Amino acid sequence: MAEFWTFYAWPTIWVVIQIVAIIVPLLLAVAYLTYAERKILGAMQLRQGPMVVGPFGLLQPIADGLKLMVKETIIPSGSNRVIFLIAPMLTFLLSLVAWAVIPFGEGMVVADINVGILYLFAISSLGVYGIIMAGWASNSKYAFFGALRSAAQMVSYEVSIGFVIVTVLLCAGSLNLSEIVRAQENLWFVIPLFPMAVVFFVSALAETNRAPFDLPEGESEITGGFMVEYSAMTYALFFLGEYANMILMSGMTTVLFLGGWLPPFGFAPFTWIPGPVWFALKIALCLFVFIWVRGTMPRYRYDQLMRLGWKVFLPFSLFWVVLTAGVLMAFDWLPA
Amino acid sequence: MVVLALAFYLFAGITIASGVMVVATRNPVHSVLFLILAFFNSAGLFVLMGAEFLAMILVVVYVGAVAVLFLFVVMMLDINYAELKEGFIRYLPIGALIGAILLIELLVVIGAWAIVPTAEERAPTPTAMPEGVTNTEALGRLLYTEYVYLFQAAGIVLLIAMIGAIVLTLRQREGVRRQRIADQIGRQREEVLAIRKVEPGGGVS
Amino acid sequence: MATMDRTARSFLLSELVSGMWLTFRYMFKPKATLNYPFEKGPLSPRFRGEHALRRYPNGEERCIACKLCEAICPALAITIEAEPRDDGSRRTTRYDIDMTKCIYCGFCQEACPVDAIVEGPGFEFSAETRQELFYNKEKLLRNGDIWEAQIAANIAADAPYR
Repeated sequence: MAEFWTFYAWPTIWVVIQIVAIIVPLLLAVAYLTYAERKILGAMQLRQGPMVVGPFGLLQPIADGLKLMVKETIIPSGSNRVIFLIAPMLTFLLSLVAWAVIPFGEGMVVADINVGILYLFAISSLGVYGIIMAGWASNSKYAFFGALRSAAQMVSYEVSIGFVIVTVLLCAGSLNLSEIVRAQENLWFVIPLFPMAVVFFVSALAETNRAPFDLPEGESEITGGFMVEYSAMTYALFFLGEYANMILMSGMTTVLFLGGWLPPFGFAPFTWIPGPVWFALKIALCLFVFIWVRGTMPRYRYDQLMRLGWKVFLPFSLFWVVLTAGVLMAFDWLPA
Repeated sequence: MVVLALAFYLFAGITIASGVMVVATRNPVHSVLFLILAFFNSAGLFVLMGAEFLAMILVVVYVGAVAVLFLFVVMMLDINYAELKEGFIRYLPIGALIGAILLIELLVVIGAWAIVPTAEERAPTPTAMPEGVTNTEALGRLLYTEYVYLFQAAGIVLLIAMIGAIVLTLRQREGVRRQRIADQIGRQREEVLAIRKVEPGGGVS
Repeated sequence: MATMDRTARSFLLSELVSGMWLTFRYMFKPKATLNYPFEKGPLSPRFRGEHALRRYPNGEERCIACKLCEAICPALAITIEAEPRDDGSRRTTRYDIDMTKCIYCGFCQEACPVDAIVEGPGFEFSAETRQELFYNKEKLLRNGDIWEAQIAANIAADAPYR
C-alpha cells in the first residue's frame, strides 16, 4: 500500500496540483488579456474602452464570460454534430497542453523534456485542426472559406517558424527549453538574431490568426470565418483557445529570444525580482506588441499573405540559418 | 511497470482501432481524422520506446503538415456515396489480389524466423545507447556520419520531386497583369505627379 | 542612390516602424469620446428632445387648445381634444403625442402662440414597450414640471435670435 502511495498516488496528485497552478492563472490572464486588448485598442483609437462594469470596466471579462456561459449553444441542423463539438474542445485543449514544457523559472516546469521546443512546435502546428474541423463541420460557406484560408496560412508560416527555431537551436545547442534559456545568460538571442526574432514574431501572428493575418476570421469579409456558426460555450472555447495561444506564442518568443526568466541585467536591483515575474513581464510585453500590431495594421490580402510567407520569409530565414551556422563554425562559437 | 504496459496497450489499441476506422468509415473526412488519430498514437508509442525525437517529428511532419494537406483536398471533394459504391464489384478482384500479396509478404516477414533458422542472428542487433547522449544527438551523429550519402540522396530525390511538381504546374500565360509590389512601393512622387499653376481661364495644356 | 535608400528602408521596415510609432503616440492622446452615462456632452439651447407641456408660474397650464401644433405636425403625431372648463376657459381634455411617430422637427413649438408645448433638453427616454412612448397630457405636464427651469433658461438664451 505504501508503495502505491509513493509511486502512483503522490506523483499524480502533485502533477494535478501543478496543472491547476498553471491553468487557473492562465485562464485569468486570458480573461484580462481580452480586457487589455479592448482598453489598448480603445486608447489607440482615442476611445475609452470598457468603462461600465466595475471600476474602469475591470469586471467586464467576468460579465462577458458569464454571458457566454448562460447563452444557448446552437448546433446547425446541417452540421456534422460530433466534429462540430470536438473542434472547439480540441482548440482549447491544444492551447493548454503546450504549457507543460514552458519553464516559468529555474526548474519551474511541469515536464522538463529533452525535445521541449519540438513539442511546442508540434502542438502549435496542430492548432490548425480545430479550425479546419470547425469550418468543415459547420456546413457553411463562410466557415469553410475560413478553414481553407487557415489551413494554407498555417502550413506556410510553420515553415519559417521551423527555420527560426533551427537558428535558435544552433546558438543554444539544445532542444530543452530550460537549456535554451540558460544559454542566454550573457546575451539574449534577440540581439544577435534580431531579424529572426522579427520573422518569428510575425509568423507567430500568422500562426495565431491575429491581425494583420486574421484572414480565417476576417470579420469584414467572411463574417467571422470558421466561428460563424458557433455560439455560447463552443464559441467561448474557441475564444479562450485563441487568446491562450497568443499567450503561448508570447511565451515561446520570450523563451527563444528574450531570455525566459532571466533578468535583463545580472546585477543587484534586477536579480532581486524572482524569475517568474520577469517571465510574466516579458510575456506581457510581447502581448502588448500583439495588440499594438492589431491597432496599427490593416488586414493582408490573401495573395500578399502567401507571397510574404513563401517568397520573403522562407528564403530570408533559410539564408539566416545558413549564415548563423557559417558564423558559428567560422568563429568556433558552436555550443558544446 | 504496470502503468507503462497500460499506456502501451492504450496507444496500440487506439492506433489499430483508428487504422481500421480509416478504411471502414464512409466519410473520407472522417477517414483522414482517424488517420491523424492513428499518427498521434503511433507518436505515443515512439515516446514509450524512448524515441521522443522521432515522436515529435512524426507529429510535426505527418500530423502538422501532410495530414493538413490531405484534409485540405478531401474536404473539398463532393462525394456521392452511391457512385462510390458502383465500381466496388468490378475492382474487387484487383483489390483482393493486392491485399493478398500484401498479406503474404507480411506473413513471409513474420515467418522468416520459422523458415530461416539463422535469421535471428543475421538481424541487426541494436547497439546500446551510450550514456549521456540524447536521442536527437544520437540520431544526428548517425545520419550525418555513417549515412550521410544516403541522407543526401534522399534529399536530392525530394528536391527533384519538388522541381518536377513545379515544372508540371508552371505555365506562362500571355497578357496576365501581375502586381509588382516592389514597383508600387518604390514609386516616387516626381514620376507620377506634376504640380501646375493654373491661371484662371487658362486651362492645362 | 535612390534605389539603395529604398532598399534600406524596406529592409529596416521603416514604414512599419513609423506606423507603429504613430499608434503608440495616439495611445497617450486625450480621449475623443466621453464616458457616456457618467459624462455628457453640452447641449445647444435649441436642442429638440423630449416634449413637455409648460405651466405658468402660478400653476395654470399654458395650453389653450388652439390645435395649431396638431395642424402643423408633419408626422401627425399629435392628437388634441378640447372642451371649455368649468371657469369658461378653453382647455384640452386630451393631449397625446405619439413619440414613435414624432420626427423632432420642432414645428409644434414654433407654432405654439403661448410657448406651451416645447421640445426640452431630455433625450434619454428610451423605453422597452411602445405603450410607454405614447405620451398623454399627464406625462407631458410632468415632463414640463421636471424640466421647467432648464426650458425657461433655454428660451431666455435663445430669445435674442427670434
